[in-house]
Amino acid sequence: MNIDLPGFADPVAQAQSTFRAVLDALARPGTLHQAGAALTPPAPLAPATAAVLLTLVDHDTPLHIAPDCAEATAWLVFHCSTAPAESAATAAFAVARALPDLATLNAGSDEAPESSTTLVLQVAALGTGPAFTLSGPGLKSPTIFRAEGLPPDFAARWAANHALFPRGIDLILCAGTTLAALPRSITVREG
Amino acid sequence: MNGYNFAYLDEQTKRMIRRALLKAVAIPGHQVPFGSREMPLPYGWGTGGIQVTASVLGAADTLKVIDQGADDTTNAVSIRRFFARTAGVATTTDTNEATIIQTRHRIPEKALREDQIIVYQVPQPEPLSKLEPSRAETRRMHALAEYGSMHVRLYEDITRFGHVAISYDYPVMVNHRYLMAPSPIPAFDNPKMHMMPALQLFGAGREKRIYAIPPYTDVRSLDFDDHPFRTTRAPQCCALCGADDSYLDEVVTDDQGGRMFVCSDTDHCETRQAEGHTGTGEPVVKEAAE
Repeated sequence: MNIDLPGFADPVAQAQSTFRAVLDALARPGTLHQAGAALTPPAPLAPATAAVLLTLVDHDTPLHIAPDCAEATAWLVFHCSTAPAESAATAAFAVARALPDLATLNAGSDEAPESSTTLVLQVAALGTGPAFTLSGPGLKSPTIFRAEGLPPDFAARWAANHALFPRGIDLILCAGTTLAALPRSITVREG
Repeated sequence: MNGYNFAYLDEQTKRMIRRALLKAVAIPGHQVPFGSREMPLPYGWGTGGIQVTASVLGAADTLKVIDQGADDTTNAVSIRRFFARTAGVATTTDTNEATIIQTRHRIPEKALREDQIIVYQVPQPEPLSKLEPSRAETRRMHALAEYGSMHVRLYEDITRFGHVAISYDYPVMVNHRYLMAPSPIPAFDNPKMHMMPALQLFGAGREKRIYAIPPYTDVRSLDFDDHPFRTTRAPQCCALCGADDSYLDEVVTDDQGGRMFVCSDTDHCETRQAEGHTGTGEPVVKEAAE
């Protein structure tokens, strides 16, 4: 059972440093940050993915675990003291290794757009692979962002999500011990 | 400090506040509700700002706290000491050295950098509160971006006084979408929020709201084409450092009408004095006694 693998060795300091990495990643979309280097996560989670979930998820926030991450369910339920969400639409957080249909997640309401799902997506690599041009709040000028493992029609799917603003899904991308984030406020162009 | 978690708040509370902060950054200018905790200081003394700082702060951070620009007032000193005791972090009065700056009612004169975070203490996060007392109604107005009543309020000022007579907490539009209260900073400071390299976080403890402005985000003070927003400051120079471009405090020096104008940002003033700038050092205005 992978439940035997430990969580954070120093929960206070490691949760704080992981949070600051995520905060900085969301405030400056597309920038790369380090998290979870000291963690031994269960398969198939990458250290950064596990660190983000340990930092943000608890019994107040139902977590939707995609089938491709189901192997880590027992570890996540135990170490985050969370309950798996019955459906993606009711989840505060969702973790997956392949981009799900964003419309199946909760985009929040116009009056409470903050109630939307935060998607933690584990990808093959960050900083290499197909290029996307990001623009929006947090970026002084349009910036190139590279990620390997996003679907070929990612820009179009993200455009549909961005069009919902202020509603929409926020995306935290993790690969190895690296993370980046795309808040809903950002526009993404291919190339 | 024995018996308390790092930075006072328990981890469960920090997680809740951190989640609210992340959503606030993703939706610039939108007020995110959060479960504000009782803090060991009264409402109105920065309970919102202190909870945000506690959730963001790490052992490697250097904290600066200002109150109306000053590092040496009661509120600033006690919050700085609170975090020095509960988190053991380094504190400073130097704007340059700080990685996190908690502020009440001012933005430092020195331009902030990308590696800094500024945390505002907010008494009233709802910019529409004086126009529409119902929370349910203002939430709806924000959802629909229905801000006509605020324009009417500015227009009424123009018809009555010839200009918009809001001198602090001057409403801003964030990222062309949300009307936001910048907290009671002087309107003089509003332009500093526009495209600021530092991340700006806002905490309102009593009203239980958190909101944020990411770096390099468009922040416009509300105005009209024929009445553009303009800032005002006392038309004097600082009596201590001679600055003619900083925001000034008026200090009453005697009961004969003597007044002195000094920089509100004490660190800015001291830095300038150390660089050799001097003012008159005298009360600059003396009104004729009756």
